[in-house]
Amino acid sequence: MSSRVTPDPAAPVKQQPAARDVGSPPPSPPRFNRHTIERKALSILRWAVIVFFLLITLLPFYYMVLLSLKPIESLLRDPASVIVTPAEFTLRAYEQVLAPVSAGGQGFGTFLLNSAFVAVSAVILSLLVAVPGAYAVARLPFFGHRQVNALFLAAYLFPAIVMAIPLFVLFTRLGLRGSLVGLVLVYIAQTVPVAIYMLRNYLETVPVSVEEAGLVDGLSRIGVLRRISLPLVLPSIMATGLFIFMIAWNEFLFALLFLVERRDSWTVSLGLSQLSGSAEIPTTVLMAGSVVLTLPILIVFFSTERLLTGGLTAGAEKG
Amino acid sequence: MSPTLLIVLAVVVLPLLWSIMIAFQQLRLLEIGTASPFRSLTLANFERVFASGELWVSLGTTLVYTAGSVILSITLGLIAAMAVRKPFRGRTFVRAAFLLPYVAPVVAVTFVWRTMLSPQFGIINEAGQSLFGWTQPIPFLSEAQRTLEVFGAEFPIPTALLTAIAFEGWRYFPFAFLFLMARLGALSAETEEAALVDGASPLQSFRYIVLPQLMPVIALLAILRTIWTFNEFDDIFLLTGGAAGTGVASVRVYEFLTVQRNVGAAAAQSLVLSLVLIVMLAIYMVLLRKRGERL
Repeated sequence: MSSRVTPDPAAPVKQQPAARDVGSPPPSPPRFNRHTIERKALSILRWAVIVFFLLITLLPFYYMVLLSLKPIESLLRDPASVIVTPAEFTLRAYEQVLAPVSAGGQGFGTFLLNSAFVAVSAVILSLLVAVPGAYAVARLPFFGHRQVNALFLAAYLFPAIVMAIPLFVLFTRLGLRGSLVGLVLVYIAQTVPVAIYMLRNYLETVPVSVEEAGLVDGLSRIGVLRRISLPLVLPSIMATGLFIFMIAWNEFLFALLFLVERRDSWTVSLGLSQLSGSAEIPTTVLMAGSVVLTLPILIVFFSTERLLTGGLTAGAEKG
Repeated sequence: MSPTLLIVLAVVVLPLLWSIMIAFQQLRLLEIGTASPFRSLTLANFERVFASGELWVSLGTTLVYTAGSVILSITLGLIAAMAVRKPFRGRTFVRAAFLLPYVAPVVAVTFVWRTMLSPQFGIINEAGQSLFGWTQPIPFLSEAQRTLEVFGAEFPIPTALLTAIAFEGWRYFPFAFLFLMARLGALSAETEEAALVDGASPLQSFRYIVLPQLMPVIALLAILRTIWTFNEFDDIFLLTGGAAGTGVASVRVYEFLTVQRNVGAAAAQSLVLSLVLIVMLAIYMVLLRKRGERL
């Protein structure tokens, strides 16, 4: 695949017709061969691509914050404006969205508490189940090892909409529909397989020899896990916990199915989707709600980005 | 180990079996609190789901939606990953910014898109009218079809479906980006350097050296994204509510369940979805085995 353009030193600076010159050693670096042209074009294109992607990823979030900071009148008067002038800057939308319903607000304060309760409980309970599970999958050989792994993978991949119907029926019968506890149960089931997958990847980075040394020194299996392995992967456990938090905080379908009839137990996601359908609530207020919903996730994500992405993509590095 | 296994069995496998039972029973939403789980079985739900013809329409829509968004998101992810491959100042920030659409809550991002695309005050239609000379706003999310004229030839364009595909490509390109970045980071530099010495241009070395090494990850991404997109509910439901030619199969499950209050029909429809899913899962497993990886 070697095709080069041989430059004519006398020619003016423009592209030359391609002259095939296969097999001979490369001459002193020519100024305008296919290689340098491509290289130049690609280095410009690369920046254009980066700018394009930055625009499409950042602009929607900028727009979200922008609209939440201006009064609805100025949005309707000048929809094309992309800045907030000091004169129109206002935090009214945030006051309105967070204030309780009794004070004329939208009650997002309560929704935030509900979301926090659901997400934090899901994190703690999922980790309690997933840490020993992941350890077993990573270290202890047992009968049906492969099948259990496959089962976890299938559970991870299985779509929420299929699971939703039997769970909906089950929860109605148990009287758990409308309760946040029921929702936590569903989230545990949704997150445990992912958590096990991630934790296993992390746990396997702990050298077996370290654990064996512990065993030789008279620690039990549990002792090894508690005293040696867990402290070594503690940062990864925290990252996994934050990932579970993100899943539970962002979840929408089950919240919609289980909680929709009880406004006082809505999560932020559900609250925002329900209120965005009503005509009386100004867009700016709902944008403030979107910011309130998004902000905790961004904080969590940026504080653990490296660990998280490492755990998720661990399998991708082996070709 | 066993408590974990028990939980997965209790919350995934048992409900799945129950869902299959429900699909063969006449069950209305009102009766679910009282009806016995072992009532008489019937095929009525499947007759209902298959006979209406809507199943095929919704499966067709789902197929177009899935194929479009999977191809778009992987292509975007590949371009983004190649662009930030070489280190530069601020790469950490750029990388984190690229992941935003994927980590942000779906309700918030669909809501921002709906606001930006709004025909009344959305910034996109404003910009289109003042900068690109659109004569009137385009109802991106509520118009099923529009006719585009190019040099006298008329092309039908499914507006809302395309918008939904664009959204999906936007929201999930970071996922492909992440995996492709990881793979690119693990590539050995030697082959590429050798090709460079042999006079390969950057595009040639991408085409013949880098891309073939990425293919296994791309194939894996394609299968994973297909499985998930095929069953995607949140995005379409929040973006268009399944109106304007975007009624994918999962939204129909939801409609059976809540609007028509027919639990049996919803289960039957979701069972059809599961069958498609199981076929794809099987392909995924075979692919993993081929790569010599444990599951």
